[in-house]
Amino acid sequence: MYSRKFDIKDEEIFQLLRDISDWYGYDFTEYSKASMKRRILRLINLDNFANFNSFRNRIKLDEVYFLRFVEEITVNVTEMFRDPKFFRSLREDVLPNIAHHSFIKIWHAGCATGEEVYSMAILLHEAGLLEKSLLYATDLNAQVLETVSKGIYPLRHMKLYSENYINSGGKFDFSNYYTANYDNVKFSKFLVQRLVTSTHNLVSDGSFNEFQLILCRNVLIYFEKQLQDRAIRLFDASLEVGGYLALGSKEALKYVDVYKRYQHVGKEKIWKKLS
Amino acid sequence: MEKTILSIPSHLVVIGGSAGSLHVMLSMVAQLKSNANVSIVFIMHRKAAADDLLTPLLQSRTKWPVIEISDKDPLLVQTVYVAPADYHVLIEKDFTFSLDVSEKIHFCRPAIDITFESAADLFRHSATGILLSGANADGVEGLIYLKDRGGICMVQDPETAEVPYMPKQAIEKVAIDRVIHPDEIATYINSLI
Repeated sequence: MYSRKFDIKDEEIFQLLRDISDWYGYDFTEYSKASMKRRILRLINLDNFANFNSFRNRIKLDEVYFLRFVEEITVNVTEMFRDPKFFRSLREDVLPNIAHHSFIKIWHAGCATGEEVYSMAILLHEAGLLEKSLLYATDLNAQVLETVSKGIYPLRHMKLYSENYINSGGKFDFSNYYTANYDNVKFSKFLVQRLVTSTHNLVSDGSFNEFQLILCRNVLIYFEKQLQDRAIRLFDASLEVGGYLALGSKEALKYVDVYKRYQHVGKEKIWKKLS
Repeated sequence: MEKTILSIPSHLVVIGGSAGSLHVMLSMVAQLKSNANVSIVFIMHRKAAADDLLTPLLQSRTKWPVIEISDKDPLLVQTVYVAPADYHVLIEKDFTFSLDVSEKIHFCRPAIDITFESAADLFRHSATGILLSGANADGVEGLIYLKDRGGICMVQDPETAEVPYMPKQAIEKVAIDRVIHPDEIATYINSLI
Protein backbone atom coordinates (compact mmCIF):
# COMPACT_ATOMS: atom_id res chain seq x y z
CA MET A 1 0.00 0.00 0.00
CA TYR A 2 0.92 3.68 -0.13
CA SER A 3 2.30 3.77 3.35
CA ARG A 4 5.46 1.75 2.81
CA LYS A 5 6.93 3.51 -0.18
CA PHE A 6 8.35 6.30 1.87
CA ASP A 7 7.58 8.24 4.96
CA ILE A 8 7.07 11.96 5.16
CA LYS A 9 7.74 14.05 8.19
CA ASP A 10 4.93 15.98 9.84
CA GLU A 11 6.93 19.19 9.38
CA GLU A 12 7.11 18.59 5.64
CA ILE A 13 3.35 18.24 5.47
CA PHE A 14 2.77 21.34 7.54
CA GLN A 15 5.18 23.35 5.40
CA LEU A 16 3.41 22.19 2.24
CA LEU A 17 0.03 23.21 3.65
CA ARG A 18 1.39 26.64 4.57
CA ASP A 19 2.87 27.04 1.08
CA ILE A 20 -0.41 26.02 -0.54
CA SER A 21 -2.15 28.68 1.52
CA ASP A 22 0.34 31.25 0.12
CA TRP A 23 0.24 29.99 -3.45
CA TYR A 24 -3.48 29.40 -3.86
CA GLY A 25 -5.31 30.85 -0.85
CA TYR A 26 -6.67 27.48 0.26
CA ASP A 27 -5.81 27.01 3.92
CA PHE A 28 -5.63 23.37 5.08
CA THR A 29 -3.27 24.06 7.99
CA GLU A 30 -5.98 23.48 10.59
CA TYR A 31 -7.18 20.20 9.15
CA SER A 32 -6.65 17.10 11.32
CA LYS A 33 -3.07 16.06 10.71
CA ALA A 34 -3.29 12.27 10.89
CA SER A 35 -6.04 12.21 8.31
CA MET A 36 -4.27 14.80 6.14
CA LYS A 37 -1.06 12.78 6.14
CA ARG A 38 -2.96 9.72 4.97
CA ARG A 39 -4.68 11.62 2.19
CA ILE A 40 -1.39 13.09 0.98
CA LEU A 41 0.46 9.75 1.05
CA ARG A 42 -2.44 8.17 -0.79
CA LEU A 43 -2.31 10.82 -3.53
CA ILE A 44 1.48 10.63 -3.86
CA ASN A 45 1.16 6.91 -4.40
CA LEU A 46 -1.88 7.14 -6.66
CA ASP A 47 -0.08 9.57 -8.99
CA ASN A 48 3.27 7.78 -8.80
CA PHE A 49 5.48 10.57 -7.54
CA ALA A 50 9.06 9.47 -6.93
CA ASN A 51 9.44 11.64 -3.87
CA PHE A 52 7.78 14.31 -1.79
CA ASN A 53 9.63 17.17 -3.52
CA SER A 54 8.39 16.31 -7.00
CA PHE A 55 4.87 16.15 -5.59
CA ARG A 56 5.35 19.54 -3.96
CA ASN A 57 6.74 21.11 -7.13
CA ARG A 58 3.91 19.80 -9.25
CA ILE A 59 1.38 21.43 -6.93
CA LYS A 60 3.34 24.66 -7.00
CA LEU A 61 3.75 24.88 -10.77
CA ASP A 62 0.63 23.23 -12.11
CA GLU A 63 -2.62 24.92 -11.22
CA VAL A 64 -4.70 22.19 -12.80
CA TYR A 65 -2.91 19.60 -10.71
CA PHE A 66 -3.63 21.70 -7.65
CA LEU A 67 -7.36 21.33 -8.38
CA ARG A 68 -6.85 17.60 -8.44
CA PHE A 69 -5.05 17.90 -5.11
CA VAL A 70 -8.05 19.69 -3.58
CA GLU A 71 -10.45 17.12 -4.94
CA GLU A 72 -8.43 14.15 -3.70
CA ILE A 73 -7.34 15.59 -0.35
CA THR A 74 -10.88 16.43 0.71
CA VAL A 75 -13.08 13.43 1.34
CA ASN A 76 -16.08 13.35 -0.96
CA VAL A 77 -17.54 10.03 0.12
CA THR A 78 -21.26 10.34 0.77
CA GLU A 79 -24.51 8.51 0.11
CA MET A 80 -28.24 9.17 -0.02
CA PHE A 81 -30.11 8.90 3.27
CA ARG A 82 -26.87 7.92 5.03
CA ASP A 83 -27.92 7.00 8.61
CA PRO A 84 -31.63 6.50 7.78
CA LYS A 85 -32.58 7.20 11.41
CA PHE A 86 -31.16 10.67 11.05
CA PHE A 87 -33.37 11.39 8.05
CA ARG A 88 -36.35 9.94 9.88
CA SER A 89 -35.67 12.42 12.66
CA LEU A 90 -35.56 15.27 10.11
CA ARG A 91 -38.99 14.16 8.87
CA GLU A 92 -40.49 13.88 12.33
CA ASP A 93 -38.67 16.35 14.57
CA VAL A 94 -37.55 19.16 12.28
CA LEU A 95 -39.70 19.62 9.18
CA PRO A 96 -43.03 20.00 11.06
CA ASN A 97 -41.43 22.80 13.09
CA ILE A 98 -40.15 24.82 10.15
CA ALA A 99 -43.19 24.16 7.92
CA HIS A 100 -44.92 27.40 8.94
CA HIS A 101 -42.31 29.60 7.23
CA SER A 102 -43.47 31.14 3.97
CA PHE A 103 -40.02 30.50 2.56
CA ILE A 104 -37.67 27.80 3.83
CA LYS A 105 -33.92 28.13 3.35
CA ILE A 106 -31.64 25.19 4.01
CA TRP A 107 -27.84 25.12 3.83
CA HIS A 108 -25.82 21.98 3.13
CA ALA A 109 -22.28 23.03 4.07
CA GLY A 110 -19.56 20.80 2.62
CA CYS A 111 -22.10 18.92 0.53
CA ALA A 112 -19.54 17.01 -1.59
CA THR A 113 -21.34 15.39 -4.53
CA GLY A 114 -24.73 16.29 -3.07
CA GLU A 115 -26.39 12.96 -2.31
CA GLU A 116 -27.70 14.34 0.98
CA VAL A 117 -29.02 17.46 -0.73
CA TYR A 118 -31.21 15.30 -2.98
CA SER A 119 -32.25 13.24 0.04
CA MET A 120 -33.35 16.47 1.72
CA ALA A 121 -35.21 17.65 -1.39
CA ILE A 122 -37.13 14.37 -1.40
CA LEU A 123 -38.05 14.79 2.29
CA LEU A 124 -39.28 18.32 1.60
CA HIS A 125 -41.30 17.11 -1.36
CA GLU A 126 -42.96 14.40 0.70
CA ALA A 127 -43.75 16.93 3.43
CA GLY A 128 -45.35 19.21 0.82
CA LEU A 129 -42.72 21.90 1.43
CA LEU A 130 -40.40 21.66 -1.54
CA GLU A 131 -42.08 24.34 -3.63
CA LYS A 132 -41.46 26.97 -1.00
CA SER A 133 -37.95 25.76 -0.16
CA LEU A 134 -34.50 26.54 -1.47
CA LEU A 135 -31.52 24.29 -0.78
CA TYR A 136 -28.11 25.93 -0.81
CA ALA A 137 -25.41 23.36 -1.53
CA THR A 138 -21.85 24.55 -0.93
CA ASP A 139 -18.43 22.98 -0.99
CA LEU A 140 -14.89 24.33 -1.31
CA ASN A 141 -14.40 22.06 -4.30
CA ALA A 142 -16.00 23.44 -7.50
CA GLN A 143 -15.62 20.10 -9.26
CA VAL A 144 -18.06 18.22 -7.03
CA LEU A 145 -20.65 20.98 -7.32
CA GLU A 146 -21.00 20.19 -11.01
CA THR A 147 -22.27 16.76 -10.02
CA VAL A 148 -24.76 18.38 -7.64
CA SER A 149 -26.17 20.66 -10.34
CA LYS A 150 -26.48 17.83 -12.84
CA GLY A 151 -28.15 15.42 -10.43
CA ILE A 152 -26.62 12.42 -12.19
CA TYR A 153 -25.43 9.46 -10.10
CA PRO A 154 -24.38 5.85 -10.72
CA LEU A 155 -27.26 3.41 -11.05
CA ARG A 156 -25.40 0.74 -9.05
CA HIS A 157 -25.90 2.68 -5.80
CA MET A 158 -29.67 2.92 -6.11
CA LYS A 159 -30.41 -0.39 -4.40
CA LEU A 160 -28.68 0.78 -1.22
CA TYR A 161 -30.20 4.26 -1.47
CA SER A 162 -33.66 2.80 -1.95
CA GLU A 163 -33.21 0.68 1.22
CA ASN A 164 -31.96 3.72 3.11
CA TYR A 165 -34.92 5.72 1.84
CA ILE A 166 -37.41 3.14 3.10
CA ASN A 167 -35.61 2.94 6.47
CA SER A 168 -35.84 6.71 6.74
CA GLY A 169 -39.63 6.46 6.60
CA GLY A 170 -40.04 6.83 2.84
CA LYS A 171 -43.35 5.39 1.69
CA PHE A 172 -43.15 5.72 -2.06
CA ASP A 173 -41.30 3.99 -4.83
CA PHE A 174 -37.83 5.53 -4.68
CA SER A 175 -37.30 4.96 -8.40
CA ASN A 176 -40.06 7.49 -9.12
CA TYR A 177 -37.58 10.22 -8.29
CA TYR A 178 -35.18 9.50 -11.13
CA THR A 179 -34.93 8.19 -14.64
CA ALA A 180 -32.34 5.54 -15.39
CA ASN A 181 -30.19 5.69 -18.46
CA TYR A 182 -27.56 2.97 -18.98
CA ASP A 183 -25.30 3.08 -15.91
CA ASN A 184 -26.60 6.34 -14.49
CA VAL A 185 -29.72 7.88 -13.09
CA LYS A 186 -30.82 11.47 -13.36
CA PHE A 187 -32.92 12.96 -10.59
CA SER A 188 -36.18 14.65 -11.55
CA LYS A 189 -36.20 18.26 -12.60
CA PHE A 190 -38.59 19.34 -9.84
CA LEU A 191 -35.90 18.34 -7.31
CA VAL A 192 -32.95 19.86 -9.18
CA GLN A 193 -34.83 23.16 -9.62
CA ARG A 194 -34.85 23.83 -5.88
CA LEU A 195 -31.05 23.61 -5.55
CA VAL A 196 -28.53 26.45 -5.63
CA THR A 197 -24.83 25.57 -5.68
CA SER A 198 -21.88 27.74 -4.82
CA THR A 199 -18.29 27.33 -3.69
CA HIS A 200 -17.83 28.21 -0.05
CA ASN A 201 -14.83 27.53 2.16
CA LEU A 202 -15.60 27.04 5.85
CA VAL A 203 -12.01 28.04 6.65
CA SER A 204 -12.13 31.50 5.11
CA ASP A 205 -15.61 32.47 3.90
CA GLY A 206 -18.32 34.14 5.97
CA SER A 207 -22.03 33.97 6.48
CA PHE A 208 -24.10 34.62 3.34
CA ASN A 209 -27.73 34.17 4.40
CA GLU A 210 -30.00 33.21 7.27
CA PHE A 211 -31.35 29.69 7.35
CA GLN A 212 -33.96 27.59 9.10
CA LEU A 213 -31.81 24.48 8.85
CA ILE A 214 -28.08 23.94 8.37
CA LEU A 215 -26.62 20.50 7.70
CA CYS A 216 -22.91 19.83 7.91
CA ARG A 217 -22.33 16.12 8.28
CA ASN A 218 -18.94 14.46 8.48
CA VAL A 219 -17.07 17.60 7.53
CA LEU A 220 -16.00 18.86 10.96
CA ILE A 221 -14.29 15.53 11.69
CA TYR A 222 -11.50 16.68 9.36
CA PHE A 223 -10.96 19.93 11.27
CA GLU A 224 -8.86 20.60 14.33
CA LYS A 225 -10.70 22.07 17.32
CA GLN A 226 -10.01 25.72 16.56
CA LEU A 227 -11.31 25.40 13.03
CA GLN A 228 -14.33 23.46 14.25
CA ASP A 229 -15.02 26.38 16.54
CA ARG A 230 -14.88 28.79 13.65
CA ALA A 231 -17.25 26.71 11.55
CA ILE A 232 -19.76 26.30 14.38
CA ARG A 233 -19.69 30.05 15.03
CA LEU A 234 -20.32 30.64 11.34
CA PHE A 235 -23.30 28.28 11.43
CA ASP A 236 -24.56 30.02 14.55
CA ALA A 237 -24.37 33.38 12.78
CA SER A 238 -26.21 31.93 9.78
CA LEU A 239 -29.05 30.30 11.68
CA GLU A 240 -32.21 32.10 12.75
CA VAL A 241 -33.44 31.67 16.31
CA GLY A 242 -35.59 28.55 16.31
CA GLY A 243 -33.57 27.11 13.44
CA TYR A 244 -31.82 23.72 13.46
CA LEU A 245 -28.23 22.56 13.12
CA ALA A 246 -27.50 18.97 12.07
CA LEU A 247 -24.07 17.28 12.31
CA GLY A 248 -22.66 13.81 11.56
CA SER A 249 -23.44 10.87 13.81
CA LYS A 250 -20.08 11.02 15.63
CA GLU A 251 -19.80 14.80 15.82
CA ALA A 252 -20.90 16.95 18.75
CA LEU A 253 -21.37 20.53 19.81
CA LYS A 254 -20.01 19.71 23.26
CA TYR A 255 -16.53 21.10 22.67
CA VAL A 256 -17.78 24.49 21.51
CA ASP A 257 -19.23 27.15 23.86
CA VAL A 258 -22.26 28.07 21.70
CA TYR A 259 -23.87 24.78 22.72
CA LYS A 260 -25.38 26.47 25.78
CA ARG A 261 -27.81 28.30 23.51
CA TYR A 262 -28.80 25.10 21.74
CA GLN A 263 -31.17 22.34 22.69
CA HIS A 264 -30.64 18.76 21.57
CA VAL A 265 -33.60 17.46 19.56
CA GLY A 266 -34.58 13.79 19.20
CA LYS A 267 -31.96 11.04 19.31
CA GLU A 268 -29.77 12.13 16.42
CA LYS A 269 -27.15 14.88 16.17
CA ILE A 270 -29.66 17.71 15.71
CA TRP A 271 -29.82 20.88 17.80
CA LYS A 272 -32.31 23.74 17.92
CA LYS A 273 -31.06 27.30 18.37
CA LEU A 274 -32.86 28.77 21.38
CA SER A 275 -31.47 32.30 21.43
CA MET B 1 -14.45 12.92 46.95
CA GLU B 2 -11.15 12.15 45.33
CA LYS B 3 -11.23 12.17 41.58
CA THR B 4 -9.45 9.53 39.56
CA ILE B 5 -6.57 11.11 37.71
CA LEU B 6 -7.02 10.38 34.05
CA SER B 7 -3.96 10.24 31.89
CA ILE B 8 -2.58 9.14 28.57
CA PRO B 9 -1.54 5.48 28.43
CA SER B 10 2.13 4.66 27.92
CA HIS B 11 1.22 1.75 25.70
CA LEU B 12 -1.47 1.28 23.08
CA VAL B 13 -2.83 -2.07 21.93
CA VAL B 14 -4.85 -2.02 18.71
CA ILE B 15 -6.85 -5.18 18.10
CA GLY B 16 -8.32 -5.87 14.70
CA GLY B 17 -10.93 -8.52 14.15
CA SER B 18 -13.46 -9.72 11.68
CA ALA B 19 -15.59 -12.87 11.53
CA GLY B 20 -15.07 -14.96 14.67
CA SER B 21 -13.33 -12.28 16.72
CA LEU B 22 -16.16 -11.20 19.00
CA HIS B 23 -16.04 -14.05 21.52
CA VAL B 24 -12.27 -13.67 21.78
CA MET B 25 -12.75 -10.02 22.74
CA LEU B 26 -15.60 -10.76 25.13
CA SER B 27 -13.60 -13.21 27.19
CA MET B 28 -10.46 -11.05 26.98
CA VAL B 29 -11.98 -7.83 28.34
CA ALA B 30 -13.40 -9.74 31.31
CA GLN B 31 -9.84 -10.43 32.49
CA LEU B 32 -8.44 -6.89 32.30
CA LYS B 33 -6.83 -5.66 35.50
CA SER B 34 -6.64 -2.20 36.94
CA ASN B 35 -2.88 -1.68 37.16
CA ALA B 36 -2.12 -1.82 33.45
CA ASN B 37 -0.80 1.41 31.88
CA VAL B 38 -2.43 0.78 28.55
CA SER B 39 -5.47 1.39 26.43
CA ILE B 40 -7.10 -0.77 23.81
CA VAL B 41 -8.59 0.24 20.49
CA PHE B 42 -10.79 -2.44 18.95
CA ILE B 43 -11.45 -2.30 15.22
CA MET B 44 -14.10 -4.78 14.24
CA HIS B 45 -15.54 -5.21 10.77
CA ARG B 46 -19.30 -5.13 10.90
CA LYS B 47 -22.30 -3.94 8.99
CA ALA B 48 -22.72 -0.17 8.92
CA ALA B 49 -26.46 -0.06 9.33
CA ALA B 50 -26.74 -2.58 12.17
CA ASP B 51 -27.98 -1.31 15.50
CA ASP B 52 -24.70 -1.31 17.26
CA LEU B 53 -24.69 -3.49 20.35
CA LEU B 54 -20.95 -4.12 20.31
CA THR B 55 -20.05 -1.42 22.85
CA PRO B 56 -22.72 -2.30 25.48
CA LEU B 57 -21.95 -5.98 25.01
CA LEU B 58 -18.25 -5.46 25.73
CA GLN B 59 -19.10 -3.11 28.60
CA SER B 60 -21.22 -5.79 30.24
CA ARG B 61 -18.09 -7.95 30.59
CA THR B 62 -15.51 -5.55 31.98
CA LYS B 63 -14.85 -2.93 34.64
CA TRP B 64 -12.83 -0.82 32.21
CA PRO B 65 -14.93 1.85 30.51
CA VAL B 66 -15.84 0.84 26.96
CA ILE B 67 -16.35 3.82 24.67
CA GLU B 68 -17.51 3.98 21.09
CA ILE B 69 -15.24 6.65 19.65
CA SER B 70 -16.63 10.06 18.77
CA ASP B 71 -14.78 12.86 17.02
CA LYS B 72 -12.06 14.46 19.23
CA ASP B 73 -12.48 12.06 22.15
CA PRO B 74 -9.31 12.02 24.25
CA LEU B 75 -7.26 8.80 24.49
CA LEU B 76 -7.21 7.87 28.17
CA VAL B 77 -5.59 5.04 30.09
CA GLN B 78 -7.39 1.76 30.97
CA THR B 79 -10.14 2.24 28.48
CA VAL B 80 -11.43 0.05 25.68
CA TYR B 81 -12.20 2.15 22.61
CA VAL B 82 -14.42 0.74 19.89
CA ALA B 83 -14.27 1.99 16.30
CA PRO B 84 -17.74 3.12 15.24
CA ALA B 85 -19.25 1.29 12.27
CA ASP B 86 -18.59 3.05 8.97
CA TYR B 87 -15.74 5.31 10.21
CA HIS B 88 -11.98 4.91 10.00
CA VAL B 89 -10.18 5.75 13.24
CA LEU B 90 -6.94 7.74 13.53
CA ILE B 91 -5.08 9.15 16.52
CA GLU B 92 -3.68 12.67 16.52
CA LYS B 93 -0.48 13.97 18.11
CA ASP B 94 -2.45 15.55 20.96
CA PHE B 95 -3.79 12.07 21.86
CA THR B 96 -7.29 12.68 20.59
CA PHE B 97 -9.09 10.50 18.11
CA SER B 98 -10.09 11.68 14.69
CA LEU B 99 -12.57 9.95 12.43
CA ASP B 100 -12.60 9.65 8.69
CA VAL B 101 -15.27 8.46 6.25
CA SER B 102 -12.94 8.21 3.25
CA GLU B 103 -12.85 5.27 0.82
CA LYS B 104 -13.16 1.75 2.18
CA ILE B 105 -9.95 -0.28 2.30
CA HIS B 106 -10.24 -3.96 1.42
CA PHE B 107 -13.98 -3.24 1.35
CA CYS B 108 -13.78 -2.23 5.01
CA ARG B 109 -14.65 0.87 7.00
CA PRO B 110 -13.40 0.89 9.71
CA ALA B 111 -10.17 -0.50 8.26
CA ILE B 112 -7.73 -2.16 10.65
CA ASP B 113 -4.77 -1.05 8.49
CA ILE B 114 -5.46 2.63 9.10
CA THR B 115 -5.53 2.42 12.88
CA PHE B 116 -2.47 0.14 13.02
CA GLU B 117 -0.58 2.75 10.99
CA SER B 118 -1.82 5.68 13.02
CA ALA B 119 -0.94 3.93 16.30
CA ALA B 120 2.52 3.17 14.91
CA ASP B 121 3.09 6.83 13.99
CA LEU B 122 2.25 7.98 17.49
CA PHE B 123 3.35 5.17 19.82
CA ARG B 124 6.19 3.56 17.79
CA HIS B 125 7.72 0.77 19.91
CA SER B 126 4.98 1.23 22.53
CA ALA B 127 2.30 0.15 20.06
CA THR B 128 1.08 -3.40 19.73
CA GLY B 129 -1.08 -4.62 16.88
CA ILE B 130 -3.02 -7.86 17.33
CA LEU B 131 -4.88 -9.43 14.44
CA LEU B 132 -7.68 -11.83 15.34
CA SER B 133 -9.87 -14.26 13.43
CA GLY B 134 -11.27 -13.10 10.10
CA ALA B 135 -11.69 -13.74 6.40
CA ASN B 136 -10.38 -10.41 5.16
CA ALA B 137 -7.08 -9.10 3.80
CA ASP B 138 -7.30 -6.02 6.02
CA GLY B 139 -4.69 -5.62 8.75
CA VAL B 140 -1.63 -7.14 7.11
CA GLU B 141 -0.31 -3.93 5.53
CA GLY B 142 -0.89 -2.15 8.81
CA LEU B 143 1.12 -4.75 10.70
CA ILE B 144 4.00 -4.36 8.23
CA TYR B 145 3.94 -0.60 8.79
CA LEU B 146 3.81 -1.08 12.55
CA LYS B 147 6.72 -3.52 12.44
CA ASP B 148 8.79 -1.05 10.39
CA ARG B 149 8.33 1.54 13.11
CA GLY B 150 9.34 -0.66 15.99
CA GLY B 151 5.90 -1.77 17.12
CA ILE B 152 5.00 -5.26 18.33
CA CYS B 153 3.03 -7.52 15.99
CA MET B 154 0.87 -10.37 17.18
CA VAL B 155 -1.73 -12.63 15.65
CA GLN B 156 -4.25 -14.97 17.16
CA ASP B 157 -3.03 -18.57 16.84
CA PRO B 158 -4.73 -19.66 13.58
CA GLU B 159 -5.37 -23.07 15.18
CA THR B 160 -7.72 -21.34 17.61
CA ALA B 161 -9.33 -18.98 15.10
CA GLU B 162 -12.83 -19.62 13.82
CA VAL B 163 -11.74 -18.11 10.50
CA PRO B 164 -7.95 -18.44 10.28
CA TYR B 165 -7.44 -16.57 6.98
CA MET B 166 -6.54 -13.19 8.49
CA PRO B 167 -3.93 -14.38 11.02
CA LYS B 168 -2.51 -16.85 8.47
CA GLN B 169 -2.03 -14.08 5.91
CA ALA B 170 -0.21 -12.01 8.51
CA ILE B 171 2.10 -14.88 9.48
CA GLU B 172 3.02 -15.37 5.82
CA LYS B 173 3.77 -11.72 5.14
CA VAL B 174 4.98 -10.14 8.39
CA ALA B 175 7.72 -11.04 10.85
CA ILE B 176 5.24 -11.67 13.65
CA ASP B 177 6.62 -11.23 17.16
CA ARG B 178 4.19 -13.59 18.80
CA VAL B 179 1.47 -16.02 17.78
CA ILE B 180 -0.81 -15.72 20.73
CA HIS B 181 -3.47 -17.99 22.21
CA PRO B 182 -6.73 -16.09 22.87
CA ASP B 183 -6.52 -16.86 26.60
CA GLU B 184 -3.13 -15.16 26.82
CA ILE B 185 -4.09 -11.81 25.27
CA ALA B 186 -5.44 -10.41 28.55
CA THR B 187 -2.38 -11.68 30.43
CA TYR B 188 -0.17 -9.87 27.92
CA ILE B 189 -2.14 -6.62 28.20
CA ASN B 190 -2.16 -6.80 32.01
CA SER B 191 1.63 -7.12 31.93
CA LEU B 192 1.99 -3.67 30.31
CA ILE B 193 2.45 -1.64 33.48
